[in-house]
Amino acid sequence: MLGYLVRRLLFAIPTLFLAMTAVFVLARVVPGDPALVILGDQASAEALAALRERLGLDRPLLAQYFEFLGGIARGDLGTSLVTGKAVWAELWSVLPYTIELTLAAILIGVILGVPLGAYAAVHRNRMPDMLTRLLSLAGLSFPAFVSAILLLLAFSIHLQWFPVISAPKVDDPLDRLRHLALPALNIGLIMTAYVTRVARSSMLNVLNEDYVRTARAKGIGSLAVLWRHALRNALIPVATVVGLYLGTMIGNSVLTEIVFNRPGLGKLILGALNLRDYTMLQGLMVFFAGFIVLANAATDIAYGLIDPRVRYQ
Amino acid sequence: MSAVATTPPGLARRLRGNPTTWAGIIIVLLVVAAALSASWIWPVDPLEQNIADRLMAPSAEHPLGTDSYGRDVLSRLLHAARISLAIGALAIALAMILGSAIGIAAGYIGGWFDTVVSSLLDVLLSFPTLLLGLMVVAMLGPSIENLVLAIALTELAPFARVARAPTIALKERDFIEAGRALGFSDLRLVAVHIVPNLLSEVVVVASLWLATAIRTEASLSFIGLGVKPPTATWGGMIREGFENILDAPWLAVAPGLAILVTVLGLNLAGDGLRDAVDPKVRRD
Repeated sequence: MLGYLVRRLLFAIPTLFLAMTAVFVLARVVPGDPALVILGDQASAEALAALRERLGLDRPLLAQYFEFLGGIARGDLGTSLVTGKAVWAELWSVLPYTIELTLAAILIGVILGVPLGAYAAVHRNRMPDMLTRLLSLAGLSFPAFVSAILLLLAFSIHLQWFPVISAPKVDDPLDRLRHLALPALNIGLIMTAYVTRVARSSMLNVLNEDYVRTARAKGIGSLAVLWRHALRNALIPVATVVGLYLGTMIGNSVLTEIVFNRPGLGKLILGALNLRDYTMLQGLMVFFAGFIVLANAATDIAYGLIDPRVRYQ
Repeated sequence: MSAVATTPPGLARRLRGNPTTWAGIIIVLLVVAAALSASWIWPVDPLEQNIADRLMAPSAEHPLGTDSYGRDVLSRLLHAARISLAIGALAIALAMILGSAIGIAAGYIGGWFDTVVSSLLDVLLSFPTLLLGLMVVAMLGPSIENLVLAIALTELAPFARVARAPTIALKERDFIEAGRALGFSDLRLVAVHIVPNLLSEVVVVASLWLATAIRTEASLSFIGLGVKPPTATWGGMIREGFENILDAPWLAVAPGLAILVTVLGLNLAGDGLRDAVDPKVRRD
C-alpha cells in the first residue's frame, strides 16, 4: 500500500507542473497584454507601462515563468491588486464556508443517492426505476443557479422558512445551519442525481455477479444479500464519482454562493472579476488547479484503499 | 473501447422503442423551431424599451410580462434562444473538431507525444468546466467569439479521449498497414480510414456535451461574462431578472425553465443515442 501511495503521489508532481504551466499560459500569454485587460482600452500609455513594471510584465516571458513557478514552490499565490493582501489570506478567510457547503452537499448526495440508486436497480425497468431515472436526469439538467433561484423563491421568499441572504453569524451553530440548509440542499440535490445514476448502474452490474447469485442460493435473505454482498461492492464506483464530481461541485458552489449571497470562493472570484483583480484571479486559478490535481490523487488513493486490486495494476 | 464503432444497423429501430429518447428529440426540435421562427411566432421587438410598462406581470399583451426596461419577456426569450443555441452549437462544433484532431494525433503518433497530451487532457478533464470558462473569458474579455472559444476549450477533452482510444486500435489493423505499404500519406490514412470509423461515437459525445455547453454559456452569462447587453441570452436574462426577484420573479423563472427544458431534452436525446450506439448497453 505504501508503495502505491508513494507512486501515486510522485505521479501527481508532473501533472501539477503541467497544470501550473497551463495556468501561466492562460494568465500571461493568452491575453496578450494583461495590463490592458486590467486597465481597459482607455488607459494611458504611462499607466500601462507603470502597471507592467509593477507586475513584472516588462521582463522576458521565460523569467516570468520561472518566477511564477518559484512563487508556487514557496507556497506564495501572490497578492491581490486591489486589497494588497496575500491571496492566501483572502482564501483562508472564506474557505471554511465553501468547505462546509461542499461537505454538507456530499453528505446529502450520498445519503439520498445511494439508497435511491440501489432501490431503482432492484426494481429495474419497473415504475420506481423509470421515475428515479427521469428525476435524476432532470436533476442533472438543472443549471445550479436556476435550481438555486427556484429554492430561494419557494423557501426563502414565499414560505420565509430560511433567510434570503446567507451571511451566518460565525459563533452560533444553529444560525449557521439555518443559513447552510438551502445552499447545501441545492448542490446536494444535483449531486444526488449524479450519485443515483452511478449507484444504479454499478448496483445492476453487481447484482448480475455470480457471488450474489451464490449468496441468494445459500438462502441468505434478500436484504442481507443487498447489504452485505451487493451494496458494498457497488460503492466503489460511487466513491470515484464523488471524487470526479468535485470539479463540477466547485463550479456549482460558485453559482450557488452568488445566488444565496453567501460568503465563499464564489463571491471571492466574482469580486475579483468585477474589480479586474488580475493577480487574485491568477492566484485562485493556481489554487484550484493544485486542488483538483491533489483531489484526483486522493481519489485514486481512496480507490486503492477500498479495492486492493487497483494497487497492483 | 477496442471495438471499432460504426453506426450499428437498426439504430432507428432501437430508438423507436425508446419513448424518452423521442421525447427528448421532439423537445429539442421544438426549441430549435421556436428559436428560428421567433419573429414570426411573436412579432415584437426584443430590444424595444417602454419605461412606462416596466416590470408588468404576465398578461394577454405580454404573456410573460415585461422586464425592468419594459421590454417584452416572451420576445426576448425567443430571440435569446437563437444566441444561446448558436453559441452552444458553435462551441461544440469547435470542440469536436479540435478535440478529435488532438485525440487522433495522440493515438496515431503515440509515444511520448501521446503521454504528454494524455496527461494534459486529464488535467483539462478534471478542471471545473465553469471555472476554466470563467478564467478564459475573464482573460480574453466577454464577446460571442470568446465565449465560443472558452466553452470549446472546456469541452475539448471528452472528444479527444473518445477519438484517441479507437485510433490506437485502428492503426494496428491490416487495412492501415496495407495503405501504408501502398505509400499513402499519414494524412490520407487518417482522413479516409480512421475518421469515418470514429464518427458515430464522436457525434454521440457531441449530443451529450451540447447540453453542458448550453448550461455553461448560461452560467457564464449569469455571472456577467456573457454576451454584452442589450442582446438577450437566457443566462443574461436570469441575471437581469434576479435583480428584481422580489417584485417580478417571472423574469428569472421563465428563462430558467427555458434552459432546463432545453438541457433536459438534449440529455434525454443524448442518453438514448448513446445507449443505441454503445454495444455494451445494447447487449443487456
